This record gives sequence, structure tokens and C-alpha cells, in this order.
Amino acid sequence: MQTFDLEEKGLRALHETLRSVGPDSNETAWEVVNAKGSHAIAVGLDAPLDVTVRGSTGYYCGGMNKQATIRVDGSAGPGTGENMMSGKIVIEGDASQYLGATAHGGLIVVKGNASSRCGISMKGVDIVVHGNVGHMAAFMGQSGNLVVLGDAGDALGDSCYEARFFVRGKVKSLGADCEQKEMRPEHIEFLKAILAEAECDASPEEFTRYGSARKLYNFDIDNASAY
Amino acid sequence: MCGIVGLFLKDKSLEPRLGELLTDMLITMTDRGPDSAGIAVYGNDNEGRAKLTVQSSAPDADFSDLDRDLGKALDASVSIRVKDTHAVLDLPEDKLPQVRAVLRELRPDLRIMSAGETIEIYKEVGLPEDVAKRFDISALTGTHGIGHTRMATESAVTTLGAHPFSTGADQCLVHNGSLSNHNSLRRELARHGVEVETLNDTEVAAAYLTWKMQTGSTLGEALESGLDDLDGFYTFVVGTKDGFGVVRDPIACKPAVMAETDQYVAFGSEYRALVGLPGIEDARVWEPEPATVYFWKH
Repeated sequence: MQTFDLEEKGLRALHETLRSVGPDSNETAWEVVNAKGSHAIAVGLDAPLDVTVRGSTGYYCGGMNKQATIRVDGSAGPGTGENMMSGKIVIEGDASQYLGATAHGGLIVVKGNASSRCGISMKGVDIVVHGNVGHMAAFMGQSGNLVVLGDAGDALGDSCYEARFFVRGKVKSLGADCEQKEMRPEHIEFLKAILAEAECDASPEEFTRYGSARKLYNFDIDNASAY
Repeated sequence: MCGIVGLFLKDKSLEPRLGELLTDMLITMTDRGPDSAGIAVYGNDNEGRAKLTVQSSAPDADFSDLDRDLGKALDASVSIRVKDTHAVLDLPEDKLPQVRAVLRELRPDLRIMSAGETIEIYKEVGLPEDVAKRFDISALTGTHGIGHTRMATESAVTTLGAHPFSTGADQCLVHNGSLSNHNSLRRELARHGVEVETLNDTEVAAAYLTWKMQTGSTLGEALESGLDDLDGFYTFVVGTKDGFGVVRDPIACKPAVMAETDQYVAFGSEYRALVGLPGIEDARVWEPEPATVYFWKH
């Protein structure tokens, strides 16, 4: 494994280094030390790298990620995994607000809790949170899956489109146009696979599914006052 | 965008380092607020004595013989510590209620930054590092302190627009965010006889809390009612003589991170601000919940 001291060499050098790893290189495993809450660590990667960040990260760690696996051995700041396209992010601690915002693909796993607006406007990413999520989770979520092993805060799935939400604990309140849905066999199958991948010891049968009631999709004159 | 830092010490052995630790935290938050910076520090309690921090744009003239003139007018022993544009006046506690009126006569251009038994507030326009240096913040000792770096949105970049704002004896407030109903609230407060000096939104919040407490609320109750009456985005950190509080608005989009160990409770707008604290690796680190009042007391 290659070690990169972020404090000593700086953020620009980190990205130059990670982006210069060629397709035939066998130096794909990297450890970033002395993160100390720095912003924008391991952003815009586009190679099957395995990057482990020691310590907590600041804003936007792993943003726009493609292919890479990024592990945060600490807690992650706001906007982690924003607009991720593919690959995987694993956060050992907690995640701050708007985790995985607008992310199109890949998997984000939070071993602790995620705070407000987790998965806001998600567009295909899968997010698994071992703990709880805060308010307005998956606001305007368009596709992908948010799996919460703990509880969800206020207004889960507000104004959502076709993203799916699976919550094992309590939901404080559902957002506008979000409703409880039946768990069908394909949902159990999906959960079985993703829980295994996210290293969760939970049974798919314990989850409740939520999703869009599809009443806010199109303009309806009776809803004019709500727009 | 603004930066907030706060440190509430539980372990007395860290008290000599309060200013130094807060200075490092404050400088880390420079890119969240390069316009102005300020700090409130709660120093050691001197039985029967009180402190008044004043600021002047003409310190040489205003501070010259101020201790002698004020002592004569109050018929009491007054001492002065001048620090750049600020001065801390030390006077008997029982003279505190009348000192404002006396000062207005003696030095009409002085601005009162803070008053109380232990609080000192220093704030000026400029980069946090420069402001900290001007006031030698790193040499300050004390039990707790709050700092702020400002990126101005709601009003001009001036000394009076800088944070912390005093909300009463030994009380202060810093704010990250912007209030949207501060004009109507300013008019409402004026109807109750509460004066607000600047067009700054945070000063209105400070005046609101002061007014609530003058009309019988505790600080906790005032912060709770603020959740109903203050509209906008805010993370507030407040200081009292022996306490330290945090509250975020219900939407909570302004960042906040807290850390607690056996030695301290710390606040930072970002985790970055906390990384230099002793034992941070093993601290309990969390984000304060929205619309929840947190308070620690000695």
C-alpha cells in the first residue's frame, strides 16, 4: 500500500498522484494520512483505486467518484460522495449533511449515523446507513435506494420520484407524496444482497419500504395552492 | 458563510491555554470568514470587581487618563488595560449599573463591547490572524471562550458588525447564518423600548435574547422562544458567566460540529477547527441536532 501524507504534500499533489495511476499500475491501494478534516479529499477519481483516508474528512470527500473505493476511517463532512457516478464509499464514523447528493450510481455505506438531507436528489446511488438518518432524507430522490437500519427523521422522501427507501426503525414523519409500500419478494432479494455488501447484520424482513405516491408528478389544478 | 469556534473547559489545568487554543481554532476558520473576527473570553473571577471592555476609533485620545477620569466620576478605584483599539476597565461591581451613563459623558465616542464580572470581548475588521495578534488573544487565560470569523452578508464590514455581540452582563452571542425577519423584529423590539445600533441581523437576535431575559426568561427559555420568533438560518453559540450554549434552526443547513472529552466541550463550524485540541482523537464528536438547545455549565 502507498502512503500519502496530506498535511505534508497538500491536496493538489494528492489528486495529481491519484489521477496519474495508470490502468496497468499495480499501485492501486493508497492510504491518505493526516486528513485532519480537510476538504475535497479524493474527488473526481476515475480508476479502480482503493483509497483509505485516516481521520475525519471535511466537505465533499469522494465527490464525483467513478470506479474507486474510498474508505474514511473517521467521520465525513458535508456533501460526501456528492454526484458520485460509480464505485464505493465506506464511512466508518458518522456522515454530515447532504451525503451522496445527486449521486448517480455506486454504493455509499455509513457505519454510524448520517445527518440531514442524506441522499437529497439521489439519481441512482445506493446508500446504506447502519445508524439513523436526519430530516429531509432523500428529498426529491429520483432513483436509487436508501437503506436505513436505524430511524429516519422528519419528512423522509419529501417530493420524491422513483427512489426507494427501506427503513428498519421508526420514521418520524413522511414528506409530501411519500407513502409506505408493500414489501415484495424482489425487495427482500435486493435487501439481502445490499445488506451483505454493506456488511450489515440485519434481516431484510425487518424493513419497511417507502416510496412515491406519484400524486405530485404532474400538474393538478386541485393542488395549485401547494405548488 | 461564517466560522464559529467555542471552547468550554472542564479541566482547570487547560485554563492557561484557553487563548492559545482558541486562537488556533479561529485562524483555521479564516476561509469561512476573512472580513472580521472577534472573540469573547471569560477570565478569572475577581470577587467584588467587574470588567467593562470598550472600543475606540481614536484609542490614544480616548484611553488617555480614562481610568483616572472614570475613577473620579464614580468615586471608586478603576484600572485600565489597553489593548490596541480596545481597553478593559476594572471597577467595583456595584458601579456597573451607572458606568454606561458616566462614560457617555466622559468619552461620548467610546463603544461598549461587553460588561460583566468575567467577560472580555475583542473584535475588529481584518483577517482572524491579524485580529488575534492585535489583541494578543493567545495570551488570554480563562474558563471558556467563543470566537467568530465573519463573511458579511446582511450588513457592512465594520467593527460594530463583527461578532460576538453582547446580550447583557457576562453574556454574548455569535451567529452563522442570516435572519430574514430582522427588520420586522427590530421594529417590534423598538416598540418595547429596546434599541439596536446597527443594521446587522445578529445584533437584532442579541437584542431579542436580552429583551427576553429582561422580561423574565432564562437564557434557555429565551433560546427556545427564539426558535419560534427568529426566521432564517442560524447556528448560534452563546456564552454566559459559567455556561456555554448552542442552538441551530430547524432546517440546520449551517454546519456545526461538537467534541467532548473529560477536559472540554468544543464547538467548530467544521471539524478542521477542532483538530489541534488535546485528545481530539478520542473525543466524542457529533453534530448538534436541529431546533435543540444545548447547554453546559460549570
